[in-house]
Amino acid sequence: MLTLLIVLLLLGAALAWLAERQSTKAPRLVALATLGITLLFLLPLLFNTANGVLIAVQGDSWLLLERHAWIPRFGISWLLAMDGMSLLLVLLTLVLGLIAIASSWTEIRERQGFFYFNLLACLAGVVGVFTALDLFLFFVFWEVMLIPVYFLIGIWGHEDRHYAALKFVIFTQVSSLLMLIAIVGLALLHHQHTGSYSFDYFDLLGSGNRSPYGFWLMLGLFIAFVVKLPAFPLHTWLPDAHTQAPTAGSVILAGVLLKTGAYGLIRFLIPLFPDSLDSFAPVGMTIGVIGIFYGALLAFAQTDLKRLIAYSSISHMGFILLGVYAWNAVALQGAVMQMLTHGFSAAALFMLAGAVQQRIHSRDMRQMGGLWSQAPRMAAIALFFAMASLGIPGLGNFIAEFMVLIGSFQTNVPATVLATMGLVGAAVYSLIMIQRVFHGQQQTTHSLADFDRRELATMTLMMLALLMLGLYPQPTLNLLQPVMEQLQLLAQHSTHQLAGVMR
Amino acid sequence: MNSTELGTHNLTAAPIGADGLFSLIPLLLISALVVLQLLQISFRRDADLCYRLTLYGLIAALGSLFALFDHLPQQATPLLLIDHYALFFMGLILACGILLLPLCHGYWRHRQLQLDEFYLLFTLSILGALVLVCSQHFASFVLGLELMSLSLVAMIGYPFTARYDYPLEAAIKYLLLSGVASATLLFGVALIYADLGSLGFASLSQTLNHSLIDTLLLQEPLLVTGIMLVLAGIGFKLSLVPFHLWTPDVYQGAPTPVTALLATISKAAVAALLLRWYLVSNGYAVPQLVWTLTLIAVASMLVGNLLALLQQDIKRLMAYSSIAHFGYLLVALLALSHAGSPDLAVEAVSYYLVAYLISTLAVFAVIMQLGSEPNPSERTDLEHYQGLFWRRPLLALTLTLGLLSLAGIPLTVGFIGKFYIFTIAVEQDLWMLLITVVIGSAIGLFYYLRLVLMMTFSDSSEVDNADASTTLRWRSGSTLALVSLALLTLLLGTLPTPLIELIRSLATSIG
Repeated sequence: MLTLLIVLLLLGAALAWLAERQSTKAPRLVALATLGITLLFLLPLLFNTANGVLIAVQGDSWLLLERHAWIPRFGISWLLAMDGMSLLLVLLTLVLGLIAIASSWTEIRERQGFFYFNLLACLAGVVGVFTALDLFLFFVFWEVMLIPVYFLIGIWGHEDRHYAALKFVIFTQVSSLLMLIAIVGLALLHHQHTGSYSFDYFDLLGSGNRSPYGFWLMLGLFIAFVVKLPAFPLHTWLPDAHTQAPTAGSVILAGVLLKTGAYGLIRFLIPLFPDSLDSFAPVGMTIGVIGIFYGALLAFAQTDLKRLIAYSSISHMGFILLGVYAWNAVALQGAVMQMLTHGFSAAALFMLAGAVQQRIHSRDMRQMGGLWSQAPRMAAIALFFAMASLGIPGLGNFIAEFMVLIGSFQTNVPATVLATMGLVGAAVYSLIMIQRVFHGQQQTTHSLADFDRRELATMTLMMLALLMLGLYPQPTLNLLQPVMEQLQLLAQHSTHQLAGVMR
Repeated sequence: MNSTELGTHNLTAAPIGADGLFSLIPLLLISALVVLQLLQISFRRDADLCYRLTLYGLIAALGSLFALFDHLPQQATPLLLIDHYALFFMGLILACGILLLPLCHGYWRHRQLQLDEFYLLFTLSILGALVLVCSQHFASFVLGLELMSLSLVAMIGYPFTARYDYPLEAAIKYLLLSGVASATLLFGVALIYADLGSLGFASLSQTLNHSLIDTLLLQEPLLVTGIMLVLAGIGFKLSLVPFHLWTPDVYQGAPTPVTALLATISKAAVAALLLRWYLVSNGYAVPQLVWTLTLIAVASMLVGNLLALLQQDIKRLMAYSSIAHFGYLLVALLALSHAGSPDLAVEAVSYYLVAYLISTLAVFAVIMQLGSEPNPSERTDLEHYQGLFWRRPLLALTLTLGLLSLAGIPLTVGFIGKFYIFTIAVEQDLWMLLITVVIGSAIGLFYYLRLVLMMTFSDSSEVDNADASTTLRWRSGSTLALVSLALLTLLLGTLPTPLIELIRSLATSIG
């Protein structure tokens, strides 16, 4: 079932490439159909969850789980599983995939077949990342999703695309080599203790504490995830990559790829190294708070619309880091909520920026201004998402950040207080963006087409999603609740178990 | 294997039995092929016939390996040991030869040349490589190495055309430097013989077991010097830093099929020999050797990758990248130690070698295919690869797969190889080497992926459109070889288990 999801996406990717021979319009239709079918496959799962159909595996609750032997030499298996968190993130991935296709409907005119191939291949990799529970398999998907994005930026990007694409790929690949070392280190540790290799998540849970190199292995994983997130000192690839990518690339990057870093922290880093919560949490939270302020400050200083949104992403991701290291149910639910809501709001903002760029051929906010009168629908929608981004009550982002702050207040008061002040920064850069782009004197003379029906439909979809998450978040939280409790139990359980061993 | 058999006995000791003779079948078949080729060339010059003869001969030799499987190991004369390890590498070399041959044929077809002798030389170098992977003795080592190198020299300077200057320069460079390397090697062998009174690899390990390792240099200065000189000779053949200086020029100057042969079969055979020598003679017990190898590995990874950044020619780029790759390979070799069984390290070296061979062959297959278009103005500068994705999608895809595999991206065979290196280095706590591997891989990613991206650029204006009209001839052998290399890269990257099992059942039963 889960394998089928990935295979479907890959098949669709190959088909989209081949379909280019039929007509230039065929690839996007194939891509759309593929994503539609894949989403249909997920629907029964949503109902199952509502009815509480769960598979109990090693005391944990999973909606789906499948395991096949893959490379028995090293105890590597093809282990895919899905719980509430994975389900939500896979849904987000597929929906944002649809939105990415919609946003490139007219923007991409060259080599459409290869474009949609890369888009779908990347989504397949991301779905793999969100469902893989074998660390080796996780690493494979982690790397596989990058190469298509490299092509997306490098071929269809803007003026500085080659530089941005290489920078993106070097940052992420080097950090993932560190992750590979950490993963191999864990597996060898298991080998030393039990005599057999294993990359299985369930076998390795909590084993990081045992290693004499535990801290360094943890750091390897931490760097890989935090580069992707991205957090403060390792974020420099992000503004370039986001700015140069085509709109669909930015949507996928901001909406989905950044979330893989956060997902890795929650699913893998802490449960594998529960001890790091005690020793490393202050560092993690500090990095998060620095990110919140640094991102907001730099977002405020940008003149390039896409760069502004990119830096705002760094700021929002700081909250996730804060929530993860607070490691209680409320904060974690908040962090996942933030992943979902930021996925929608950032994707929408990037799509808006892309739409503006397509129309006036510039991302420079100094050349904008006064667009409200020409494109009122676009301006109103932009205002909506700017409000979402600054965390106005009633929209999902507010719920997410509020929950993160409530959760982290219980563990680290100073960091929480500082992070709360960071919210002011979000208000400042969001409003300044609206003011510079849509208000004031009109700078350009050529007329500007307002959103058409296709763009309105995608925007409405995302607005509805944010409203739903903001006004009635309970179903989502219900889905996340057991997962978070389970994760916490796992972390505690492995610590106690080890304590027992030590004695 | 009974190591005393090899001890201090001289070469004439054991007469060869029927079993021993039988185990030599692959070597005998290839030798018979050489004779057949000679006869064919003297009676009727026909390049196509000679090509087919060579291809079937290699396939027959590969097939004969299966018959051998149950009768090993065999000590066939004191010089050659046919064991499962040798069997694996013989199979690897023959398979590479079978894949490479159609590509060579496709490349030469449009050049009006007398080709028969090329296939003869090709077979001779394969014979040399086969001798190398079986050798357990310095005499057969030198024999195999010279057989291989001398036929390579002739092949490098092979094309007698008007524009002869580059291959000639490369051939002379290779001849001179290879001669110096062989002399160094021979001197080293002589010193070892003077000290031990034996040329067998195993006799060294006995001495090492007896003497105190810490004072080895003081006790046996001749021996240590000899080992170092042998290492220099091997380092030349594997183009490890600082013995790498010939590599880029020869790679660039030689005709592409010969470059491919040089980069794959010749290096694989020497690497297989190095591994056997290091393991059988307990080379890891000589601290001087270990330290030198460590330095060479670090220098190869760094220098190879850094200089590859500056290259504007794909063949030079591949030259430097191969230097770096053999640096990675040495990391796995260095993981051999007293502690634990050597199996994982041998497995790692073998898998990495297979991965390197397949990916390198895939890259060279594309270069050859591009060079085998009717207009023989072969261009190997990177600019020529701009827009290849849109002109020749299949070639570009294969080249991309090959480069991604060399860069170690998952789903390609190169990743599994790199995974082995990481695993073995972590297991043996080789942290410094591991960090160098990471740095080297990061630099490597840059130039491999830059080339991949370059292929997606829009066509540059200077590229002739005649190129675009050439379509692949699907049924030709070279296309078949190209496609199977691309598929192998993917298949062994996604389903590595069969190969891992093969290596575990064959290669790890060394000496």
